[in-house]
Amino acid sequence: MKEGATSLYKIVTKQELVPHINLFEFSAKEIAAKTKPGQFIILRVDEKGERVPLTMTGADAEKGTITVVCHEVGKSTKQLGQLEEGDCILDLLGPLGKPAEIEKFGTVLCIGGGVMVAPLYFQAKAFHEIGNRVIGGIGARTGDQLIFENEMQEACDELYVSTDDGTRGCKGLGFLEELLKERKIDRVVTMGPILMMKMVSELTRSQDIPTIVNLIPLMVDGMGMCGACRVTVGGRTMFACVDGPDFDGHQVDFEELMTRLKMYSPQEKLAFVFYEEDGSSS
Amino acid sequence: MSKPKPKVRKEVISMSKQGLEERIQNFNEVAFGYAEEQAVAEAERCLQCKKAPCVKACPVEVDIPEFIRLIKERRFDEAIKKVKEKNSLPAICGRVCPQEEQCQADCTMGKIGDPISIGRLERFVADWGRERGYEISQKPAPTGKRVAVVGAGPAGLTVAADLAKLGHEVVVFEALNKPGGVLIYGIPEFRLPKAIVEAEAEYIEKLGVTIKTNAVIGKLYTVKELLESFDAVFVGTGAGLPHFMRIPGENLCGIYSANEFLIRVNLMKAYKFPEYDTPVWVGKKVTVVGGGNSAMDSARSALRLGADEVWVVYRRSRKEMPTRLEEVENAEEEGIKFKFLSNPVRYFGDERGWVKGMECIAMELGEPDESGRRRPIPIKGSEFVIDVDTVIVAIGNTANPLIQQTTKGLEVTRWGTIVIEEETGKTSKEGVYAGGDIVSGVATVISAMGAGKRAAKAIHEYLTKKEKANNTK
Repeated sequence: MKEGATSLYKIVTKQELVPHINLFEFSAKEIAAKTKPGQFIILRVDEKGERVPLTMTGADAEKGTITVVCHEVGKSTKQLGQLEEGDCILDLLGPLGKPAEIEKFGTVLCIGGGVMVAPLYFQAKAFHEIGNRVIGGIGARTGDQLIFENEMQEACDELYVSTDDGTRGCKGLGFLEELLKERKIDRVVTMGPILMMKMVSELTRSQDIPTIVNLIPLMVDGMGMCGACRVTVGGRTMFACVDGPDFDGHQVDFEELMTRLKMYSPQEKLAFVFYEEDGSSS
Repeated sequence: MSKPKPKVRKEVISMSKQGLEERIQNFNEVAFGYAEEQAVAEAERCLQCKKAPCVKACPVEVDIPEFIRLIKERRFDEAIKKVKEKNSLPAICGRVCPQEEQCQADCTMGKIGDPISIGRLERFVADWGRERGYEISQKPAPTGKRVAVVGAGPAGLTVAADLAKLGHEVVVFEALNKPGGVLIYGIPEFRLPKAIVEAEAEYIEKLGVTIKTNAVIGKLYTVKELLESFDAVFVGTGAGLPHFMRIPGENLCGIYSANEFLIRVNLMKAYKFPEYDTPVWVGKKVTVVGGGNSAMDSARSALRLGADEVWVVYRRSRKEMPTRLEEVENAEEEGIKFKFLSNPVRYFGDERGWVKGMECIAMELGEPDESGRRRPIPIKGSEFVIDVDTVIVAIGNTANPLIQQTTKGLEVTRWGTIVIEEETGKTSKEGVYAGGDIVSGVATVISAMGAGKRAAKAIHEYLTKKEKANNTK
C-alpha cells in the first residue's frame, strides 16, 4: 500500500452517451481496488462545489479507475459535464454504502430506468458471472435517451426495452406484468426514478418476489453523519448512505422519499439559474 | 519583613465583541482578540504563584505561568513556542476550551478578583504567531517507524503532531474533504474561523505529517490492512452519528439533525449560497431541540441565516444544560429564546410534507440519574403545540461505527465506543490505540487533545520497545 498526500482525481475517459448524459472514468486506484457493485462515490468538482453522490457503474482494479454515468440535471452535474478528459475534480470519496448482495438466486430480473441503467449493468454483469439467469428490462423516456443497451445485452440472457412514449420497445411497464405472470423470477433488482422503483415493487409484492431498490436520496456527507438521507423502511428510520443504498422495495415508504427528495428544489433551481447566467455573461 | 506588594488589578481586561445588530447578520467571529497592550495588561495581573493550579487543571499541561510571564515581558515569540511545546492547536483552544471549568477554575487570582483570562492570552499569542508564520525548529532524525492516524479531528491531529516531533512518519486519514473534524464541520465560523483551523492543520503538515483527505477507513482500507504497512494505528474517529428521537413526524421536510445543519453551514459554507453550491433551508420559526454546544451553535447560526424567531427547547432546566455558560449568554444576548422543561413528542406536517407544528410535553425534574443531573419526567396531560417551520434536533451524537464494525478483536462498549486503557489509549488489539469522542462519547476538544497526548506517548514507548526487541533478536 502506497499513500501520498491528497491529489486531484483525473478524468481518464469521458464519453457522451446521449445528450446530457456522460460517462466518466476517473483515476482512483485505491477506490477501484475496493469497489463492489451497488456502492457509490461522492464527488466535488471544485472548492465551492456541493457533494454529489453517484452510484458506480464499474471499477477496474488493474487499471485503477472507477466509472460513473452522470445525467445533467442541475448546476453541479452540468458543471461536471463541462469537464473533459485530462481535467481533474477536487474530491472523490468512496466506496460508500453496503455492496449489493450478489449471490446465486436462480433467475434475476434487473429493471433499470434512465441514467440508473448504467449502475444496474454493474450488478447485472455480476449476477450473470456467478451463474444466475439474468433477464434485463431497461427503459428511458424516449428511444433516443436510452443508454447502456449493448452492455446490458451482453450481461443479460434476455433483454427487454421499454420507453415512456413507445418510441423504442414496449410502451411503459406492461412487459413487466407479463414477465412476472409467465416466468418464475427469484429476485428483482430495480434502479431508476423513484416512481418506477415504486411501481416495480408494487407489481412484485403480490407474488412475494424479493425486490431490491437502490436509493440515493439527498445526502451531504454520505458516511452516516448527517441523516439527510433518512428513509423509512418497514416503519424504521434508516440512513440510505450506511444502511443501504439497497433496501427491500416492499418495505420502503416511497411517498416520504419523494417528498424529501423535493426539499431543496427551489434552491436547486436558483443555483442553476445563477450558473447559467454566469456562463452566458463570461 | 515582606516588601509591600504592588497593587494588582482585580478586574479582567475585557475583550471587545462585534456589535449586536451587526453580528447577528454575519458569520464573522463575534469576539475580537486582545491587542498587544491589552494582552500585556492582562498578563501583568498573573501572580506567578508557585502552586500553579492552572497547569494541574489543563488536560495537556501547558506551562501557563511561564507563557504568561513571557507575554508580560513582551517576548511573544518565546511565549508561543512555550505554548506549542504542549499544545499543537492553541489558536483553537484559546477560543473553544471551557477555561472556566479548567485552567481558570482554581486560579489564585480568582480568589480575590477575576481569574486570569488564560484563554484570551492563549488566543492572543497563538494569533500573534500565526500571523507571522510558525517556525519549525530542526526536524528530528527519522526513526523509520510509521503510524497511521484515523480521523483528523482534535485527538488525531494532536497524536500526529506529537509523534512527528519524535521523528515518526505519520499519515492521517480523514474521511471528509478537509482536516479538522468537529472543528471544521461542527463549530461555526463566528466562534472559530475556519482559516484558523486550516492554518493549524498546515502547521501540523509542516511538522512532516501527511494528511490524506477523502479516505474513509473501514471502506478504503481496514485497520488490519493499515497494520500491514504501519507499525501502529491511532483511531480518533469521533462521535459523528446523530441521534434522532424516533417520534412521529420526524422525517418531515424542514427537520434536520444538528449535524446536517452544521455540516451544511460550516463545512459546505451554505451561508454563502449561491456563491457556494450547497444550500441550507431556514424558515421563519426555528426550534432547536437540546441543550449542548451544538444546540447553541445551531440556534445562533439559524438566527444569522434569517430566522425571525429561534427557540431552544430543552427537557431539563437551565442549570443542567451541558453547554458552556458563555454560549448561553451569547445566545440570549442575540435574542435566542429558551423553553426549559419541555420535550417534543411528535411533529405535524402540512399537505406538502413540511413540518408546521411540534407537540411538546412539559417535564419536571426527579432524582439525579447516572449523569448526576436530575432526571426529567414528563407531566401527564401537559401537552402543548408550538408553530414551527424548521426544527434542528441537537440531542447528541454516538460513536462512528465503521472502524468497530470492520475490525476484528477490537473491544467496544454497549454504546459502541472503543474500550481503552485510560492512561495509554491502548485498545484490546495490539498496536491499535484510540482516544477522543470515539472512546468517551461527545466531550470537549481539549479532552480529546489530552487523550491524544497520552496515546502519542504510549505509542512512542510501544514503538521504542518494539525496536529494542527487534535489535536483540
